[in-house]
Amino acid sequence: MNIASFAPLAVVLPILGAALTFVLIRHSRAQRAVSITLLSLTLLLECVLLASVWDGGTAAVNIGGWPPPWGIVMVVDQFSSLMLVVSSTVSLAVLVYATGQGMADGDQDAPLSIFHPTYLILVAGVSNAFLSGDLFNLYVGFEILLTASYVLMTLGGTGPRIRAGVTYVVVSVVSSVLFLIAIAMIYGATGTINMADLAVKLADLDSGTRMLLHVMLLVAFGIKAAVFPLSFWLPDSYPTAPAPVTAVFAGLLTKVGVYAMVRTETLLFPGDSLNTPLMVAALLTMVVGILGALAQSDIKRLLSFTLVSHIGYMVFGLAMSSVAGLGAAVFYVAHHITIQTSLFLVTGLIERRGGSSSIDRVAGLAKLSPMLALLFFVPAMNLAGIPPFSGFLGKLGLLQAGVQLGTPLAYALVIGGVLTSLLTLLAIARVWNRAFWRKPEDAENPDPVLLAPPEDSDTGDRAGKRNVTLLPRTMVGSTLGLVAFGVALTVFAGPLFRVADQSAVEMLDRSSYIQAVLGENAPVPTIAQPEPAQPEPVQQEGQK
Amino acid sequence: MSVNLTLLTVMGALYACGIYLIMERSLTRVLLGLMLLANATNLLILATGGYAGLAPMFSKDTDPGDYNDPLPQALILTSIVISFAVTAFMLGIIYRTWVLARRDEIQDDVEDIRVAETPSFDAEDDSEIPLETSEFPLTMIGSDGKGITDSDLSGRSGADGSGRGDSPEAGEPTVKVGARTIKAEDAAAEEQPGSQNVTPGPEGGVK
Repeated sequence: MNIASFAPLAVVLPILGAALTFVLIRHSRAQRAVSITLLSLTLLLECVLLASVWDGGTAAVNIGGWPPPWGIVMVVDQFSSLMLVVSSTVSLAVLVYATGQGMADGDQDAPLSIFHPTYLILVAGVSNAFLSGDLFNLYVGFEILLTASYVLMTLGGTGPRIRAGVTYVVVSVVSSVLFLIAIAMIYGATGTINMADLAVKLADLDSGTRMLLHVMLLVAFGIKAAVFPLSFWLPDSYPTAPAPVTAVFAGLLTKVGVYAMVRTETLLFPGDSLNTPLMVAALLTMVVGILGALAQSDIKRLLSFTLVSHIGYMVFGLAMSSVAGLGAAVFYVAHHITIQTSLFLVTGLIERRGGSSSIDRVAGLAKLSPMLALLFFVPAMNLAGIPPFSGFLGKLGLLQAGVQLGTPLAYALVIGGVLTSLLTLLAIARVWNRAFWRKPEDAENPDPVLLAPPEDSDTGDRAGKRNVTLLPRTMVGSTLGLVAFGVALTVFAGPLFRVADQSAVEMLDRSSYIQAVLGENAPVPTIAQPEPAQPEPVQQEGQK
Repeated sequence: MSVNLTLLTVMGALYACGIYLIMERSLTRVLLGLMLLANATNLLILATGGYAGLAPMFSKDTDPGDYNDPLPQALILTSIVISFAVTAFMLGIIYRTWVLARRDEIQDDVEDIRVAETPSFDAEDDSEIPLETSEFPLTMIGSDGKGITDSDLSGRSGADGSGRGDSPEAGEPTVKVGARTIKAEDAAAEEQPGSQNVTPGPEGGVK
């Protein structure tokens, strides 16, 4: 009986909370208490899980006592438990923020009371996807979180949300169908869907079949992770949702896709020759994404484009399939979840305080609310990769790994990465100059509250109600907490990077994962790792 | 592994029709396409289970090889449930689209169109800056047009840096936007949502 046996609770607790909050749908105070308590418990549990694997090692739990490869397993290793802790911290902060917003606006009644159960189900789906050691259970985890996200995306059913929701649902369903087809073909080819078992059995297939399965999985996960040619849906659909919902989507959902891509590349199909196309995709994701961000005038849309762009960094680290690259990618995922969510939460505050999220209409916020300026400035500089923040450390790790690899394509990616970082700074500086430094009189159509004298401007008209508190303490406090967590990632970057590198070593080695699931004596197929210093021979690649 | 040819043909037909339908602009057809895709995938999963065998219920006398593979059927059950839920949700939002817009079609993103139509001239970033940027313009260097640095906009006077372009005399300043030439004042106005041709709304601008 080890500590990892409690891993399924990370899924069960939020689902239990969802059931309870659904029963308490008419009692918003009890609903808030239950959801915050259960999510805190989940976070506590996940911290214990992370502590148990902090020094390495992998633990597996057989659900229902069925031994693998027949039953479903959940696997706790450094990467999955780190993702769990970061994602639950972020979800908790967003939940507190959302309840603060709900209390300030006084929305006691339906349909917003459906928010809590749906949100907890989303968290359960994310945990399930991170923990799953079974390909079909991973699909189920994806479906749980996606179905919950459909509801959250269209919350309230206003015109723009429905329009965005339709695109989002159709794209997500198509990617899920692709994933399901890939699972069916993998089962047909190998007769198993247990990921550790697949890691052994996929090595026996001929390279053409393996390439087909590999590409199918990558395309399905690429849509979910918003990698460049497949990222068109994201900036259209995310910005219309309510601020806390956009924040949690931006932080978590794409990263679950990245997580699945990492598992595909390291566990299922290591040493295959798709690294070159992945690198090209990473370069295009970075550059095209950030160029899109420069054209936007709405802060939420701008941030959605930077989100797409920075997914490219993670794919870059993954595609190098070296310890340095993968370790930096793991660190970058943890950093980016926190920072991107903080920025969206701050944007929600900007929208409340300034009356709009368009940088053409908001102005003078630095003088009106210095706290808001601080909350925006720290994660914004972090996102752009200004030293000494974690964004800088993560990018530095990736660039070092790229230089270490030394191929012409890797150098192209290093240059693209630096360029993207600079352009991110430009995009962020545009927001800063207009929304914070410009005088309110210079803005077009500024909200009346921007022009009001400071002493009586802490309340205003929002969401059809008069005299709403513009910056409730709960919302500011939770955002501050998340920003502080982002800064803590910088302060504790040393130990964190060590864990990330160690998890990269274990993921590339695979023996720890496979033997934890299949038993001590399970054979681990050896893979021919390409020598990092030498350029790879010309490979025959499938269609990208 | 033997495969049922009829099932395979049906699966192919379902995939073809499904892919055709999701390319349509009508939401109901997209939904039908998604349903066909989901069912085609269910048939694919069924096909991966191999030949049809006996019901997988244990009896001592049966040879293990005679049983049907139960796992694909369990997967199909799960995927049927999921596609059922998604279909119900899609029906809900399609109805909502119909209630709101009276159209059974995928609608264009207003903000996307606005960004696409925005001229590359940006009033705040690109209009010429007077040399005097102090908050106390004692000599008013920028006000008579002497301080204009951008020679491209010759003839423009009275630039105040925020694109308001108040120039009653000395000819209209113009800006080249693609093939046509428009007044700088209009270019500035088009750039700003909510000023002239775009009315601001809580969810973004509406033309």
